[in-house]
Amino acid sequence: MNTSSTRRPMSPAMKMAELLDTDFSLLGVATRLGLHFGFGEATVAEVCQKAGIDPETFLLICRVYAFDGYRPTQEALSAANLKDILQYLHQSHAYYTEVVVPEMAAALECLIGPCEEKQQRIIRKFFADYKEELSKHFAYEEGQVFPYVEAVLNKQNSAPFTIGEYEENHSNVEEKLEDLKNLVMKYIPAPCNQQDAYKVLFYIYTLEYDLGKHTFIEDDILVPMVGRMENHE
Amino acid sequence: MSKRILIVVPSAIAAKGLEQVFNDLGEFEVCAILRDLSGQELRSMAPDVVILDPNIFDYASRSSVKARVAEYSDAAVIAFTISPLDEEQQRQYDAVIGLMDTPPAIIKKVRAALEDRTEAPRAEGEELSQREKEILICVAKGMLNKEIADLYNISIYTVITHRKNITRKTGIKTVAGLTVYALLNNLIDMNSVE
Repeated sequence: MNTSSTRRPMSPAMKMAELLDTDFSLLGVATRLGLHFGFGEATVAEVCQKAGIDPETFLLICRVYAFDGYRPTQEALSAANLKDILQYLHQSHAYYTEVVVPEMAAALECLIGPCEEKQQRIIRKFFADYKEELSKHFAYEEGQVFPYVEAVLNKQNSAPFTIGEYEENHSNVEEKLEDLKNLVMKYIPAPCNQQDAYKVLFYIYTLEYDLGKHTFIEDDILVPMVGRMENHE
Repeated sequence: MSKRILIVVPSAIAAKGLEQVFNDLGEFEVCAILRDLSGQELRSMAPDVVILDPNIFDYASRSSVKARVAEYSDAAVIAFTISPLDEEQQRQYDAVIGLMDTPPAIIKKVRAALEDRTEAPRAEGEELSQREKEILICVAKGMLNKEIADLYNISIYTVITHRKNITRKTGIKTVAGLTVYALLNNLIDMNSVE
């Protein structure tokens, strides 16, 4: 990691390659917004404009990832582009369900290989339940919340739903993941392979970390932005 | 024995008011009112509760107040604030008291902070007790709190306390997770969960 650049404030005039080098979790942000590697010397603004993404919105998401405890200012929220936020959240869902969870499942399957058959069965069931809960949560957002936000964005009338309800409904999918973490970390039977355990834990932490940022973007960026648009109507 | 409270609040009026709230009860004893806080004083007074105004710290160190107190004392740390704290600052305190809180509300917050503190130290690295294992097995089998209470002839409240302790010790919160735990530790066999 390039330490000299870590202290420089993120700005649209910065080189994209340099920005991503400050924190490797930003690689995921860029990918999900459809920014393609091979940036050359292009700046953040140039790369974003080419991909049709608002540079300030991209930087807003980057700050959420790079700085723990970051809180966007009111100005940053008013300047952000809701459509880009929405695309980001949508692509994150796809990344979780299509990449992280299947890889975690495969690693878990290797891990429990040496376990007794009845233990395998119960662990598989636990993981399947978790997966289902996660999909349900995403499906609710994709099916109810995001279309509503799009309707607000296009100034269409929509179902009687306000973004406040979403906040209340925002169910907690973190508990089971944390349980799985503790089960592997503390209670996995001795014959299991250490490298496999490491892999499973790695995916759990990756997902946990990313979901934390994801939830923050939903609760502290999406919800207030849409709330403000509702009030302006 | 009454709980010792150390008040570190620069405003004399506010400090006096707080002292009044505690002195009327007998449950608490205000051991000192200070305008500023030093580690030495903190250590020698050994309070159970420190109520402090975050403004006595400069802005940069305001998010590490709890850690600084913990160096010298295991007291519960409560913030007394005139203006609301941001979330990150707030999270480090065991409770936050505001200028507009009524005396009963203040007492309630202090009691809760003390309870949390007494529960915390014995939390780490303990094996489950025999009774906790029995209750865990019931939970894993899908029994309701009421059914478990009836089975062992204990109150639902006691069942809930056991369940809290089980979760605290194992780090596992959900029933599904506890079922896996019970099975991996051979507390139950597969047949009893299917």
